[in-house]
Amino acid sequence: MTTTNKRERRKPPLGIVTRPGSSLRNKTGPWGIQTPVFDWNKCTGCNTCESICPEGCIRHLDRKQYEADPDFCKGCGMCAAACPAGAITMEQKHR
Amino acid sequence: MRKMIEGSRAVAEAVGLCRPGVISAYPITPQTHIVEELSQMVADGDINAEYVRVESEHSAASVCLGAVAAGSRAYSATTSQGLMLMAEVLYNIAGMRLPMVITGVNRSLSAPLSIWNDQQDTLALRDSGWLQLYAENNQEVLDMHIQAYRISEDDRVLLPVMVCMDGFILTHTYEVVDVPTQEQVDAFLPPYNPLYKLDPDDPYTLGAYAGPELYQEIRYEIQRDALAAKAVVKEVAAEFQAAFGRWSGDVLDPYRCEDAETIIVAMGSVAGTAKDWADARREAGDRIGILRLRCYRPFPREELREALTGARRVIVLEKAVSVGGYGIVTAEVRAALYGQPKTPPVSGAVCGLGGRDITFDTLDEMVRRAEGGETDFFAGLRTELLEAQ
Repeated sequence: MTTTNKRERRKPPLGIVTRPGSSLRNKTGPWGIQTPVFDWNKCTGCNTCESICPEGCIRHLDRKQYEADPDFCKGCGMCAAACPAGAITMEQKHR
Repeated sequence: MRKMIEGSRAVAEAVGLCRPGVISAYPITPQTHIVEELSQMVADGDINAEYVRVESEHSAASVCLGAVAAGSRAYSATTSQGLMLMAEVLYNIAGMRLPMVITGVNRSLSAPLSIWNDQQDTLALRDSGWLQLYAENNQEVLDMHIQAYRISEDDRVLLPVMVCMDGFILTHTYEVVDVPTQEQVDAFLPPYNPLYKLDPDDPYTLGAYAGPELYQEIRYEIQRDALAAKAVVKEVAAEFQAAFGRWSGDVLDPYRCEDAETIIVAMGSVAGTAKDWADARREAGDRIGILRLRCYRPFPREELREALTGARRVIVLEKAVSVGGYGIVTAEVRAALYGQPKTPPVSGAVCGLGGRDITFDTLDEMVRRAEGGETDFFAGLRTELLEAQ
């Protein structure tokens, strides 16, 4: 218990995650059954969708070119509900 | 140094000597003197700790959890409703394998509202993964807190420890206690050396989600380590004796049990009364012994079996009841004796609830009724108060 060299001590118990970045490895996108479709012609570039996404998985390529990362988007529909321009629609995913 | 101080003060001094980094607690009778003393000691600069005032016991436990997760030694104290309020955090602390010490001042649970002593509150946390030690007197209270940090932070344990002391009976009475010096405690209890902590340079995740494929193994490890902690409790007691010159440990405290026909099992300060009563009964020719359970979690099954199988009768003095079931300690004593070739009959006597005084008469009644064949009953009941059937 008093050793300062961590290698001499036991390994941390199960349940303590020792390798950081697990949320990047655990892809939750497949959990969803819907996916947002962005109409870039209707988009006004207000950034509401990107701000409101609970996963933080919406990004824009250019000012009015928004997309959701399929690895992490669960299809909650908040972006579509919030978009003031009605530029986002939720569609069923096809497997 | 020997001092005549209140039990609460003894706790505060012991905790101070353990050099906590963070103290966070919410006042609740009869724990209040402990936290008042500690906050004064921090304000006076006698303890170098952050004293975090919070709005509830749930927050106090959460602050302590965060403090230990960040690598600091933490302390809190509570009782009764406060213990219930912080319960979900306590399960998390144990589940996250964070070492910590909390004083569980024993007080009855509402309803009805009561500030007086029984052991219902800490016993309700028996499943939580917290180790539990029960003290008979204030010297033991003091010593247990120092030992508790050693036990808790041991790599073989890594589970939090609750030091349980009877409210008012121990917290509010003055006893002569021997308070060790800071040098003695520093030599016995080194600074907290976390195996893991929240550190951006060496990241860990504590308290992660575990699916059905992993949760059971995590809990198995907790159970395995909690049972193995029994050996650490004994080891630390032996080291404590070597360092401080007094025996203040082990999992059982047997009193005149070697040749006893009837053994009373009890926890906490009531054992002191029971020992005096046992002496009186012995004078009258009865072979009575008192077996005090000092370490309740982990439950010392093997030691209990060895201590009890020679008796003709066992009576558990129970200051709690699992409503709809049995006395809590009673059921566990019976379970420990199950399957043994020689099993004495075990009666459970619930008494002392809500601070009801336990006297020699109560103990006499327990023996009389157990010998009369009663297995589970309330002793010292004021039957005149109960509605006529």
